Amino acid sequence: MIKYLNPSYVFKISGKLLNLFKTLLIPLVAIGLIFSLFLSPEDYIQGDSVRIMYIHVPSAWISLFGFAAISFFCILNFLFKLKNVTLIYKSLAPIGLTFNIVAIVTGSLWGQPTWGTWWAWDARLTSMLVLMFFYIAFIFSYKFIKSPDRSIKACTLISVLGLINIIIIKYSVEWWSTLHQPSSISLAKETTVHFSMLIPLGLMVFALFMYVAVIFLMKYRIETIRIKRKGFKKL
Amino acid sequence: MLLKKVKIRLSILLTLSVLSVLAIFLLFKVLEDNVLYFYSPSEIKNSDDINLKKKIRIGGMVKKGSIQSNERDIKFIVTDLKNEIIVSYSGTVPALFAEGKGVVAEGNLKDKKFFIAKRILAKHDENYMPPEAKQSLNKDAK
Repeated sequence: MIKYLNPSYVFKISGKLLNLFKTLLIPLVAIGLIFSLFLSPEDYIQGDSVRIMYIHVPSAWISLFGFAAISFFCILNFLFKLKNVTLIYKSLAPIGLTFNIVAIVTGSLWGQPTWGTWWAWDARLTSMLVLMFFYIAFIFSYKFIKSPDRSIKACTLISVLGLINIIIIKYSVEWWSTLHQPSSISLAKETTVHFSMLIPLGLMVFALFMYVAVIFLMKYRIETIRIKRKGFKKL
Repeated sequence: MLLKKVKIRLSILLTLSVLSVLAIFLLFKVLEDNVLYFYSPSEIKNSDDINLKKKIRIGGMVKKGSIQSNERDIKFIVTDLKNEIIVSYSGTVPALFAEGKGVVAEGNLKDKKFFIAKRILAKHDENYMPPEAKQSLNKDAK
């Protein structure tokens, strides 16, 4: 068990994984894009703008899962003082923030032709914007708070509040009337996306999660090297 | 002992979580109506205090066969299948605005049955399908 937590062992394994993911990434993205841009049909009412969904939905999922993950590791660190996991959430948070912004921007681009507006202050859109501020606050609290002890406390507070916000995002479309449509894909009910559109969506979800894995591993390894140079104590 | 410290931290975390949930719940309780993006015709009918000056949004489905338009304005009925409101609007409507589809209108109520819209937004539902699938669905419905 100890062996798996050893940074140099993790470093070695993560290198191998990174190489594997990197080789998989390009074909996956290519297949995903071919399906979502050319092989999938137009929507019966939205026309070609349905293709925006193939980026929008995976990005939104990544930003939600990303925040859940960094909160989990941050709370783990708060409870058990596991220094190693700070690297995990430091490497993951900027990726989550990026995809959060991508989800908001693509949603806005889709909203203009479909709803007739770029932005609406409804519960779903607003809570996604709030998530973006939580991401920024999280990143700031480990970047600018010098004392590690205080920084963990700040991150934990943001994690707890942010996790509640994640639940609000998930159920916002059911609890309140919103301009944003209810979820089309959910464990609780039958999916309302036609099969021919589910294939490109699934492929893009897979491809973008693979992209996240590649960027995450690269960042994680760079942080490890940086710490090795500075000495592990200064973490 | 390490275990004891973990227990203390865990209790701090749990207290923090409970307090946060409570605080956010109260916040939404205070905001209540402001969190709603639009009211349905039934909510308008059942509400006691209606401010005719205040800009509000109503939403629902555009009733089938209810759109009447001339060169100056467009009139249609918003329904939630229980109650209805007549909406009058002059301006361009979004491309997805159609009978039987979701709509959100922003403007002022004249009375509980009549609404003057300043802006119309189309609401898209959660269904995504190609035109052929839609056609076969329509055939099945007939």
